[in-house]
Amino acid sequence: MSYIQPEQLAEQARSLLDEYLPKVSSLKVKERQKIPAQEMPTQDPIVRSANMEEVALGYSFEQAQLEAIRCLQCPKQNCIEGCPVKIDIPRFIHHIAQGEMEQAIAVLKETTLLPAVCGRVCPQEKQCQLHCTLGKALKDVDKSVAIGRLERFVADWERINGKTVIPAVKPATGKKVAVVGSGPAGLVVAADCRREGHHVTIFEAFHKLGGVLRYGIPEFRLPNDIIDNEIETLKAMGVEIKTNFVVGRTRKLIDLIEKDGYDAVFVGTGAGLPIFMGIEGENLVGVFSANEYLTRANLMKAFEKRADTPIYPSRKVMVLGGGNVAMDASRMAKRLGAGTVYVVYRRTENEMPARKEEVLHAKEEGVEFLFLQNARRVVGDSQGRVIGVECVRYELGEPDASGRRAPVLIPNSEFVMEVDTVIVAVGNGSNPLISQTTPQLAVNKRGNILVDETQKTSVDKIFAGGDIVLGAATVILAMGEGRRSAEGINRMLAEGE
Amino acid sequence: MSRILFKQQFTEDVFLMRLHAPLIAEERQAGQFIILQTDDDFGERIPLTIADADTKEGSITIIFQVVGKTTKQLSTFSVDDELPALVGPLGTPTHIENFGRVVCVGGGIGVAPLHPIAQALKKAGNHVTIITGARTKDLLILENEMKAIADEFIVCTDDGSYGRKALVTAPLKELCEQTPKPDMVISIGPPVMMKFCSETTRPYQVFTQVSLNTIMVDGTGMCGGCRVNVGKEVKFVCVDGPEFDGHLVDFDNMINRLNSYKDIERHHYKCFVENAFKEQEVEA
Repeated sequence: MSYIQPEQLAEQARSLLDEYLPKVSSLKVKERQKIPAQEMPTQDPIVRSANMEEVALGYSFEQAQLEAIRCLQCPKQNCIEGCPVKIDIPRFIHHIAQGEMEQAIAVLKETTLLPAVCGRVCPQEKQCQLHCTLGKALKDVDKSVAIGRLERFVADWERINGKTVIPAVKPATGKKVAVVGSGPAGLVVAADCRREGHHVTIFEAFHKLGGVLRYGIPEFRLPNDIIDNEIETLKAMGVEIKTNFVVGRTRKLIDLIEKDGYDAVFVGTGAGLPIFMGIEGENLVGVFSANEYLTRANLMKAFEKRADTPIYPSRKVMVLGGGNVAMDASRMAKRLGAGTVYVVYRRTENEMPARKEEVLHAKEEGVEFLFLQNARRVVGDSQGRVIGVECVRYELGEPDASGRRAPVLIPNSEFVMEVDTVIVAVGNGSNPLISQTTPQLAVNKRGNILVDETQKTSVDKIFAGGDIVLGAATVILAMGEGRRSAEGINRMLAEGE
Repeated sequence: MSRILFKQQFTEDVFLMRLHAPLIAEERQAGQFIILQTDDDFGERIPLTIADADTKEGSITIIFQVVGKTTKQLSTFSVDDELPALVGPLGTPTHIENFGRVVCVGGGIGVAPLHPIAQALKKAGNHVTIITGARTKDLLILENEMKAIADEFIVCTDDGSYGRKALVTAPLKELCEQTPKPDMVISIGPPVMMKFCSETTRPYQVFTQVSLNTIMVDGTGMCGGCRVNVGKEVKFVCVDGPEFDGHLVDFDNMINRLNSYKDIERHHYKCFVENAFKEQEVEA
């Protein structure tokens, strides 16, 4: 697929819209199917691989309207079934087709608090868009209605046009809710509990809010402005914020209730414990967890000259793993000046858990993918610095427990690749800080906090949600858990009166 | 935000500060550290051990040596200035009990984190021998404070300008050869010193605890930048440590890792000092 300028995409959409708009109410299914799926305008790959600005630029108004007209408004709304938070997808899309953006955003806000975020980072091709009738009819999930891009368009429209509505807050109840962690789950709990009139305090360990949205997902995929906008909204609602506060250390979790008088606590501390491969040489200089690499680049702004936090000067980088974090790390390494960036994954492209769009973007930016191989040993020089990685090759065998064909090692297939940097992006465990310092909190053997159907933990007044419960999952699932937790908390506080 | 309540210059490069941090003062235990930033937009996060705390004043004491840009900038802060970011207490506290005869070895700035540990050990009923050392007399810190705790007190300087002309490992070796030999050694100082203290005690099988100060970003177990080889295991200094069995720590790897960004750090420091100099000239 060759690169098309955003202006050209907008122009094409404009002329098609002129053709379709007058007859929109009488369009037959067959005709709607013929409207071309709208491509996401992006920055030129060569330009963007050297800057930190957002890659996907968002639909033009006409593109959004045209894409919305593609929606068949099916009586059986399969797309909603595919959405973890059950957004009324056909209804918000109908409003876009009518050009009624204010109504469209209102529909989104009924169910989701962070549409600008989810529209950007949700794996839609595995959720709503997987179930889209249009995509099925055209036998291509890429031709499904671009629900995520439309969600993003409406959310951006609201923000850019200054239409952000500060949610109404009920009269003060005198009840206090502590939210531990300011990632997607925490932000949702804060908003939903504050709406009910409770005093809400967010405790964040870092000096900046947003959790994984800030330290993990790069600026070029999720600009900081968007996170800041959500936080400004929370502040305007009267949510109190305490940064540089590590619950478990600065204050024990239980003490928030016993000493500080919080009536409920939500734990949304995420999956911040990097998993390493456990191979020889993994502690050599030049081997990083993706968490460390991305935190330096994102939160600590190491990509900017005036930042004090250093980032390792790399020429050839090998990223291990095949998820979105591996894509983020590899694309970040490119932007930080590495000439060559490999992503090494032991299965094939089909089994990669990363979003398709991210893989495509990475390829466009010059990231090289090496499938069916894996690192076995990191090789260092006399200074203990990385000079290469010994890899082995695999072939695909029978499907394993996850349903994916399992990689099988090919004997005697070792070879060494010369690299100076290795970034390990093979997953995250649950951060043990809270559970270690709160022994009464029940966790499973992976360290995930156990909760009931209302997200309540084994300890009274303490709820939990997001990756600390789910293991490393997605923003939208974390948000969904936040929603449910807030409902649980609000109900508990209402009953307590 | 944390206000600076008190500042004292010990030597050309070593400073003490008391910072307003009531919650940290209340929670902190011996062996724990804080992370601070001199700028919360573009500043880096640096770990520093808590040398002391005063719950009445709601303050903690840090003692730091100027080694790079951030510590240089920190040294320019004055009383009543606010630190934009201070977080803690981090790390697992020192395990304190009555071990019997304990030798505490502090080198250079390492005497600062050693102070609260020695204090707690003494309070727990241990016989505490303190060895402090520095390159030269002017670099010795907290001498009186340490002397006040110690049952036995030994000072060494590399150049012989004060106390014994020796490395701290010399008296340590002698103590290990005595009967009864120490039940435990705690060594805090430059990595090389901790490495050689551990090598000194190894043949005598005296348990030797070291406190590591590695590169960190978050300090809560999230980045893994601080990882060290301890025996056959990989440990995170920020949450599993900072204290480990010195006989199991792979110091050579740790020292290599500490030097990961040496060139960049040197460059940042140089730029900062040159800029500060230019600003001074402009003002003059």
